Order: sequence, then C-alpha cells, then structure tokens
Amino acid sequence: MVRVLVVLTIAWLVAPATGHAQSPAAPALAAALADLAGTDAAKRETAVTTLGKTGNPKWLAFLGALREGSVYARKPGGRLEIVVGGTKSTRGDQDVIEIFGAYDRAPLGTVPLTDLTEVGADRALRLVIKPFLDADETRVQLRDPDPSVRRGAAVKLGNQADPGAVAVVEDALQKEPDRWVRQALAEALAMIRLAHGDGASRAAAATALGNLHAQNALPALRRLAADTGAGAPERAAAAGAVRQIERWNLLGTSLETLFQGASLASILLLMALGLAIVFGLMGVINMAHGELMALGAYTTFVVQNWFRAAAPQWLDAYFLVALPTSFLVAAAVGVVLERGVIRRLYGRPLETLLLTWGASLIIQQALRLWFGAANVDVASPRWLSGGLPVMVGLTLPWNRLFIIGLAAACVAVMYWLLFRTDAGLRIRAVTQNRAMSSCLGVRAGAVDALTFAIGAGLAGLAGCALTQIGNVGPSLGQNYIVDSFMVVVTGGVGKLAGTLLAAAGIGELNKVIEPALGAVFAKVAILVAVILFLQRRPAGLFAAKGRNAEA
Amino acid sequence: MTAYSRRDFLKGTVAAGTGLAAGLSLPGILTAQSKEPIKIGVLHSLSGTMAISEVSLRDVVLMAADEINAKGGVMGRKLQPVVVDPASNWDLFAEKAKQLLLQDKVAVVFGCWTSVSRKSVLPVFEGNNGLLFYPVQYEGEECSKNVFYTGATPNQQLIPAAEYMMSKEGGSYKKFYLLGTDYVFPRTANKILRAYLLAKGVPKENIEEEYTPFNHQDYQTIVGKIKRFSSGGSAAVLSTINGDSNVPFYKEFGNQGLRSENAPIMAFSVAEDELRGMDTSALVGHLAAWNYYQSVDTPQNKKFVNAFKEYAVKNKLPGGSKRVTDDPMEAAYFGVYVWKQAVEKAKSTDVDAVRKAVYGQEFLAPGGKIKMDEANHHTYKPVLIGEILKDGQFKTISRSKGLVKAEPWSQYTSPDKGCDWVKEKGTYQKKA
Repeated sequence: MVRVLVVLTIAWLVAPATGHAQSPAAPALAAALADLAGTDAAKRETAVTTLGKTGNPKWLAFLGALREGSVYARKPGGRLEIVVGGTKSTRGDQDVIEIFGAYDRAPLGTVPLTDLTEVGADRALRLVIKPFLDADETRVQLRDPDPSVRRGAAVKLGNQADPGAVAVVEDALQKEPDRWVRQALAEALAMIRLAHGDGASRAAAATALGNLHAQNALPALRRLAADTGAGAPERAAAAGAVRQIERWNLLGTSLETLFQGASLASILLLMALGLAIVFGLMGVINMAHGELMALGAYTTFVVQNWFRAAAPQWLDAYFLVALPTSFLVAAAVGVVLERGVIRRLYGRPLETLLLTWGASLIIQQALRLWFGAANVDVASPRWLSGGLPVMVGLTLPWNRLFIIGLAAACVAVMYWLLFRTDAGLRIRAVTQNRAMSSCLGVRAGAVDALTFAIGAGLAGLAGCALTQIGNVGPSLGQNYIVDSFMVVVTGGVGKLAGTLLAAAGIGELNKVIEPALGAVFAKVAILVAVILFLQRRPAGLFAAKGRNAEA
Repeated sequence: MTAYSRRDFLKGTVAAGTGLAAGLSLPGILTAQSKEPIKIGVLHSLSGTMAISEVSLRDVVLMAADEINAKGGVMGRKLQPVVVDPASNWDLFAEKAKQLLLQDKVAVVFGCWTSVSRKSVLPVFEGNNGLLFYPVQYEGEECSKNVFYTGATPNQQLIPAAEYMMSKEGGSYKKFYLLGTDYVFPRTANKILRAYLLAKGVPKENIEEEYTPFNHQDYQTIVGKIKRFSSGGSAAVLSTINGDSNVPFYKEFGNQGLRSENAPIMAFSVAEDELRGMDTSALVGHLAAWNYYQSVDTPQNKKFVNAFKEYAVKNKLPGGSKRVTDDPMEAAYFGVYVWKQAVEKAKSTDVDAVRKAVYGQEFLAPGGKIKMDEANHHTYKPVLIGEILKDGQFKTISRSKGLVKAEPWSQYTSPDKGCDWVKEKGTYQKKA
C-alpha cells in the first residue's frame, strides 16, 4: 500500500516531465527516483542512467544537484518526496533550508534540516553521473557566445573521440561562423573518424588531419603510423600527416619564439626607456625608477576602482584612462623629487644614487602603508584578454601585442621629441654642455625638470602596462629594476638606439635559450653573457663619443 | 567578540572559579605561580617577502589566545603572547627563536612558514628542548621531537591530488607536467610525485618537470611547452608555483588558448589568502588540494570564519571584514587549542609532559575533527580537492573518506624509513 502511494506521489511529482518528447514513460522515472532514495547501489546506478538518458536539461540539472550533495528526501505524511536543497540558514537554534521540486525546481518553502534525509552521491555514483553532465556541458559550450569556449569544447570532443558525438560536431560545424572554431571542429570530426572508422575512412581522416596541421592529433597519428595491425594505406597516410604536422610545428614554434622574444624585449624596453633618458641625459642613477613604475601600477589600480564604483558600464575602458593618468602621476612625483632634492646633488653620482635609493624605500613603504602589504588585483579589460590566432597552433596574446605596440609608440614619440622639437634640442644641448647652453640662454634647471619628468612618466607608463602581465604589489619595482639597469648598461649610456638594441637582443636571446635550458638557467646564462660582453666593451653597445664624456 | 552574552560570562566565571579552586588546593608556592600568565611565542614574519602569508597566521594565533583568555585561560592562567618579527630572514628566525626560549622563557612557540625557516630554528628547539607548532603543509622527511606538524605531509596533499587526477572521476589524466618555483618544497614535492606516478605505471616520457626562479613573471615559453605537451588531451599540470608568480602564469595560460577542461592545473600552493590580491578570472575552474577551505560547511567553521572577520574589524587589521581564512590559518588556529588541551591533560606546561599529552589528542577543528598522531608528531587530516571559483573561494569536489594518517617519510621515496617517538627515537629504519 505504501509502495503504491510512493509511486503515485512521484508520478504526480514528475508529471511535467511526461510532456517532454524524449522522456521515457513517467512511471520509469518515478521508479528511478524512488530507487535513488533507496540503499541498493546497483538500483541507484540504473536510476541515474535512466534519468541521464532522457537528455532533458532539467533532469541533468537534477543529477548535477545530486552530485553536489544537495538532494534530499522527505516523507511528509509518509509519502516519499525527493527535493533539491538551496541555501541553508539558521532560524533560532534550528538549521533550516530552502527546498525546491526535483524536476521543475518549484519553490516548496523553507523547512528544518532535521525533516530531510540527504540523498548522498558516493564516489561510485558520481562516476556514473559524470559522463551525462560532461556530455551536456560540452553541448552547451558548443553554443556559447564566446568563440574560445566553443573552441575548447571542440578540442575536448576531438580528444575524447567519442563516435556518438559525430552528429553533434557535424551540426555545430554547419552553424559555426568563426574560422578557428570551424578548424577545431573539423579537427575533432577527423579525430573521431581516425579512431573509429574503417581502413579507407581512417586514411582519409589522417590525410585531412595532416592538411589541417592538427597538433592535437599528433599522438593518435603517431600511434596509427606505428600500429602494425593497421593496413598499409592508412599507416602511410598517418606517417605522411605526422611529417606534415611536424614541419608546420617547426614553423609555428620558430614564429612563437620570435614573438615571445619580441614581447620580452618590448617589456624590457618600456621599463628601461625612462631610466635610459634620466641616466643617459642627466647622469642620474635613479634607483627609485622601479618605485615610479609601482606608482604607475597603483594608479592603474585606483583608476580601475574608480571605474568599478562610478561607471561600471565603461569598466573595459579604464585602461585607456589609466595609461595617461599613470604617466602624469609618476611624472608629477618625478618633478617633486627632482626639484626637491636631486638638483642639489648634480655631478655627485654616488650621493644621488643613495638619495634615490632612499626615495625608493620611502615610496615603497608609503604604498605599503596606504594599500597594504598584500598584492592588489588589477583585472585585464576584456579587449586585452585572450589572444589573436594567427595560424594553426599559434595564438598571440592581446596583452603582449598591446605592450609591443605601446613600446614602439613610446620609442617613436621619444625620438620625435628629442630630435624634432625645440624642447628636445634644449635637452640635447644641456646634455652636451650644461655651462655653454646656460650661457646661451637655455634654462638648464627647467630642462632638467622636464627631462626627469619624462623619464619618471615613462616609468609610470611601464608600470601601467605591467599590470596586464604581472602582479601589483609594493615591491613591484624591485622585481624589475635589475633588468632595467641591465638593459641600459648593455645598451650604452645616453643612447636610445643602444637601449632599443640591447632590449631586443636580451629579450630574443633569453627566449631562444629558455626552451633548452629552463627559466632558471636562461636567466643565469643571460647575466653571464652580459658580464662577458661588458668585459669586452665596458661602455656598452653604443659608447658615447667625443668631448661630452665628462661624467 | 565585544559583547559577551550572559551565558558566556557565566561560563567564564565558572571556569575561572574552577581554576581558582584548583589553584587554592595546591601548595602556596604553586598558587603564586599559577596566577602568572603563561607566555606563548609567536614566530611569524611580519615584514619582508613572507609577510603576505605569515601575518595572517599571527592574527589567527592571537585570536585563538584571545578566545582562550576570554574563557578563563589555560588551567586558570591567562595566555600572554610574545610576538617577534623574524622579518623573512632565515638567520633571524634562529635568533628570535633563541630569544623566545631563553630570554622570554615561553612555554610553546607557534611559528614558521617556509621550510628553510623551520630548518633554521630546528637546532634551537632541539638544543633547548623547546616546543614548536608548525602549521604549514610541507615536503615531509622530518621527524623532530620538539616540533608538532599540524599541516599536511605529502601523502595528505600531493599523493591524493595526483590520485584524483588519474581517477576516472578526476578525468583519467595520463600525462603530468610538474611545474614549480625553484626551492626546497617544490623540488621535494616533485621528487615524491614523480616516484608515485612512476610507481602507478605512468611512463617516464609522460612526466615533464620544470622550475622557475622566485618572482618569475614571464611564462610564455613554459605555457608554449605545456600547450605542445598537452596536445591529444589527457595532460594535467601539477603546480607548486609559489604565491606571486601564479597570476602571470594563469593569465598566460588562458591567453594562449589553454582551458581548464582540456588541461587543468592542480595547485598545491594557492589558497584563499593568496587569492585575495589576485584577479581570479584566469584561475576559475582550475583545481587545488588542501585539507581545509573557507567554504567547508560545518557549524564550527561558520563560527571560525565570522570570528576571524570580527577579530580583524575589531583590531583594525588591514582588509577588515574582507579577510578570509585558509588551510594554514586553520592549522595554526587548532594548533593553539591542541596545545591547550595537552597542557590541561598534563596539568603542566613542562615540554616533555605536554609532548606526551599531545599524542592522540583530538579536537573539533573548523574543518572537522582532527587527531594528533599517537607517535609521529603529525596530524590526521581530511584531504579536499577544490575548484577555484570567481570570488576567490573554493568548491570542494572530492573529499577523502575519513582522516588520512600522516606519513612524514613518503612510502614512494623513502619506503624504508618511519617516524616514531614512542617505540623508537624519531626517524628509524623499517625492518625489511
């Protein structure tokens, strides 16, 4: 009698499901639910399979809840009812929980936790649930608006090589507008055929994968090429495809290394540019350069927070505002530093070194006091996340492309400023001969302030750019200052071209040797190379020539 | 914490009364002593590179001491924390430890984070018979009479995580990229992981090992390598990358088009407290292995998390109510209580007596019940695999059955060694 009641209740409970076209008959589902609440392990697994096979998103959501452990059974008035739990809270000294219907998630009110028994999912049961949810998740991902998510799902389907997915992939391939996702889908399709087709279709799939330059298929193709059980034609096709893909990979890896070197070089250049100007033109060894970068980075953080609070709909644009702001903030601090103290110590490099080092400690500690010792989070705007796929197997991250562009722009602007404007002429005049240019009416003091401000501003800009690839914390400057000095010294004091070349050389060299030696030894090797180089040419790549070598 | 309920007040009074009564029954000289507070040492870096992580441990130890004092102290005596700052400087750790033991004469020290700092204070504690509670997961291969390890050993974190990744539920991964920062923990951890994976039949060519310097920011080359390594699927990254380098790594990982469902990263050094200063969007969906998460759903954890937030607000700690709790913090917190229980059992703060009383001690920690080992100075703990969520919290996706016993000497790298301070004298050779 009770059993009949239970079935009836559940039949009523799952009634909406019967409307669904692919649903098995309601009694089967009801029995499945009842089995789930039971203790028989085999029956519970069958129950999950029954529910999962419906392919109904609502039942899959229910299985998801079951896996999370938020499914409960209760027996109001002796009838078994399966419900899904929501948020727990405390009411008085009782723990209560919101509950919802198993299928339709209709709210059923809030009840004490003690009235419910948990329908747990142990490891074995979770294993049965997983494939249903995974398959469903991948199907959902194939419809995601974000191409990178669709691409990830396609890659996953290819790696799983499940013959049941052919229809889904073919369907997605027809609708897919994005070239790179289509590529991944075609790859997945060929990989499934490679794994499950007959001789001829396997050979065709292997050839197709070769033409697609499918890096992902490489292990499977290698296996096939070495498989003595397979027919000669498909083995030959697989071997050919492997060769084709490997050739393509060589090209891809070379381009990738080149780009990585360029990216590292652009970062080094951006960091060293301001230092090179201050060091080269004014002879000031600015130990606070790193902290000026940190100031730029924190300015970016503040601007981002302002956007988050005041104009969340424009959040993605914060970075465009942060760039000039960080330049201005760092430049202003630079002017204060220069006018306040550094100008009293010109011509005394050791004292300026100590002084700027002291200033760096003060700035660092101030940042720590104001923002706390922990790192702060600067989010990448959406247009700087992800990458630009340029060829199969090579994706260039947007943030790195942006920094390369920014570094190039900074160098171009600096050249224009120094060699095409009056201000630049005066800066160069003071650099060459301070006393003479003062005599000729150049206000050396103002020129100094301007030069230092530009150098500091560039540091701020670099700090702003660095937020997109690294951490923002009070000790940010210390992580970069050594590299900056290395570039400036290698390049030769006072020469922008030297800085440019040194950054490019160090960046590329680092990236060429890193794959072979690893990151730790690549760094050591670079330092050794720089030391050896400076032994040969102490003045760097471009030594300052002529009579202006007074320092 | 500011407003005592009447019940709390009564409890406190009763406890204090009992303590007082106990005190009165003792000879006069002891009574005089028993009113004196018990000094406890707190040895965590409050400045320097490790401050980011260690300051939170100091906070949580002080909170535990406050809680105990509010309930009447230990045997009627208040706890008086002595906080020193070893400033992330390993030599200074030894010096400050000596100061705590010899000058301040503390009954116990709670401290250290990095293995090198622990190694540097070890001779001080062993030479002066001090007592140290060490709260961080570490590489094992140590068995000191004067240290209690409340963090995880490799078999309570590394091995279960690798096991999970290889299981059907975890995704049946077959290729593993072991990536770490270049220092003692990742090197030893990867040695153990490699031995384990080889023992489980993972072929040598399916294991890749790589290290980066501290503060490494440029992960282009490594992510490129991982991309090629993971082609064909079934590859996972096991990461022991330390704090700071994680954001650039995960960002580069996502930007080069790798996704967690095709090549997940299982991290052993990323916890809630580190995620506080990170833009977590690139980390979502990746995994971690710990013994506790702030999201653990137990009543005592809810209390612990709220108490800590309140403590942070009340004491005007930076971060205030946005502070989070994580695994080492929980281990540091329950360490104080385990010590308290042991003192009460031994009825003395004498190191040797307390040490013996700690063996087998149980405590209902925020993350669930834990138990101190009967002989090896480590802790029985649950193992939780978690997935990183957008808000910097973790969702537990797999949980060990019951508590896992600690193995200071991994059976995969040192199968012949054991640690026992009851039947043996520390590290011993197992009989074949």
